[in-house]
Amino acid sequence: MVLRSISKPLIYVLLIAVSIFFLMPIYVLIITSLKPLEEITLSNMWKLPSVLDMSSYSEAFSKLAPNLMNSFYLVIPATILSAMLGAMSGYVLSKWKFKGSEILFTLMLFGMFIPYQSILIPLIQFLREVGLYNTILGLILVHVVYGIPIATLMFRNFYVNIPDEMIESAQIDGANFLGVFRHIMIPLSISGFVVVAIWQFTNIWNEFLFAVTITTSDQQPVMVALQNLSGSQIVQWNVQMAGALLAALPTLIVYILLGKYFVKGLLAGSVKG
Amino acid sequence: MELVKQNNPQKVVRATKRKKKLSTDHMMALAFLLPSFILIVIFVYGFIGWTGYVSLSNWNSLVPDFSFVGLKNYLYLFGDFRFQADLRNTLFFTILFIGLVIIFGLTLAILLDQKIKGESVFRNLFFFPMALSFVVTGVVWQWLLNPSTGVNLFLKTFGIQPKWYTDTTILAGFKWGQIEFGLPVAMIAVGIAAVWQMTGFSLAMYIAGLRGIPDETREAARMDGATELQIYWKVILPQLRPITVSVIIIMAHISLKIFDLIYSMTGPGANFVTDVPGVYMFETTFRGNYYANGAAIAIIMLLSVAIFMVPYLIRSRKGEA
Repeated sequence: MVLRSISKPLIYVLLIAVSIFFLMPIYVLIITSLKPLEEITLSNMWKLPSVLDMSSYSEAFSKLAPNLMNSFYLVIPATILSAMLGAMSGYVLSKWKFKGSEILFTLMLFGMFIPYQSILIPLIQFLREVGLYNTILGLILVHVVYGIPIATLMFRNFYVNIPDEMIESAQIDGANFLGVFRHIMIPLSISGFVVVAIWQFTNIWNEFLFAVTITTSDQQPVMVALQNLSGSQIVQWNVQMAGALLAALPTLIVYILLGKYFVKGLLAGSVKG
Repeated sequence: MELVKQNNPQKVVRATKRKKKLSTDHMMALAFLLPSFILIVIFVYGFIGWTGYVSLSNWNSLVPDFSFVGLKNYLYLFGDFRFQADLRNTLFFTILFIGLVIIFGLTLAILLDQKIKGESVFRNLFFFPMALSFVVTGVVWQWLLNPSTGVNLFLKTFGIQPKWYTDTTILAGFKWGQIEFGLPVAMIAVGIAAVWQMTGFSLAMYIAGLRGIPDETREAARMDGATELQIYWKVILPQLRPITVSVIIIMAHISLKIFDLIYSMTGPGANFVTDVPGVYMFETTFRGNYYANGAAIAIIMLLSVAIFMVPYLIRSRKGEA
């Protein structure tokens, strides 16, 4: 409403200019991935392909398929487990507070912001000890553990808004700790589960540092495999762009379908609440 | 551990009445919290302690050697050309990155606040890179900013051909320690990619902030004869300050631990012009087997994040109570 009368067209021009900047990488990604290799020269990067060539997709897919599956095997259990742990601790930290629970919560939250380099060396020693190094199971464990702070934060902030009276009346009706959790908290926090699940899915799918240090070759999730594509002999840009799109597709689809919840998760990560 | 539900005096009465039941509830609450708590204590605090211990040890080969060497590894790092370059790069990258993310995010939020058509289309467009992996971003921008193709094909018409991430120039540089201290031009290229990816975050924060300001506030200012520009400058912007603080802190911690974007886009670069502690730590530890040096880098990274993250967390938690 503010600058409307003076400069509405100017606003649109600005927004469209920024949109072009935001779309530029996607444009290049798509057109490059659809070109045959011989058409990829430095000088015609921006030109549309003369023929649609899907071969780079089949090549990228054949190279990345095992790793894509690894990512799914990793992300799905890790997301479910960290959401469950987060709901449990979030429930206690919001509705069963005790002396020191706030300090404990703040201590847990700090785990969300540490550079993971600072736990990586002992983590790998530990995983080697217990035989989980270079396994997807090991990566699941790691993502569940380091997902606890953010999942707890999100659920706690969600549960704080559920009125205490509801819990009290359920308790008068004879519901115990578990009963309240199952019949009140969980049903009321379905959208909370969606937010946490989307957030964890996206983050774990996109994660790179743990993936590249804890797994090798055939156990690696897709982001490491994508990174390795560029390291191999001559860079086939079309295959690499097709690979990038394939690797990004699951999180992009989630974002397109459930973007609203994704943004909620994004805002929840800034610790207010 | 005594569980007390806050703001509820009746609870105490009921507690004595139904003591047995509540005590099982207490046990359950403990059982719910304990796994997470123990995992965090071990995997976060215990492991940080262990990393600290490694950083003071002599473990700089494949074979673990925990003999105590004091601050030797830290002293080595602060005298090291590569690490000095890392600190310089991180400093300038952080300033550049946070500054641009805030300017872009705030400007776009204000533009989208003008009741324009297609607002949600624009919004979703600016948010979507947030859903991508830094690795994907790195791979794509590596090609876009490749000096011999990409955006340079357009810039050729204006007669400029930036060398982007391959540029080894240090702007306004002067000799300091082992390195040339100044803005590494190559970091600007990395910054562009990072800003492309993360602007959505500050935009989302500012949009939420603008929505939280009631229309009456603007109306009141308008009644007092403020121009629209003044309303933004004098009324709205000051109210958005806490959001700006949050954005700065969150972006700073991302910037200080950045690894994947740079690793996949440029690597350390010639003369380490795009190297950062995250990349150095990874290479020296897992490619070079200098575990103690890697641990020392990790501890320095942790401290640099903790310096402002800890006060922010404490203040943010207090403000809520």
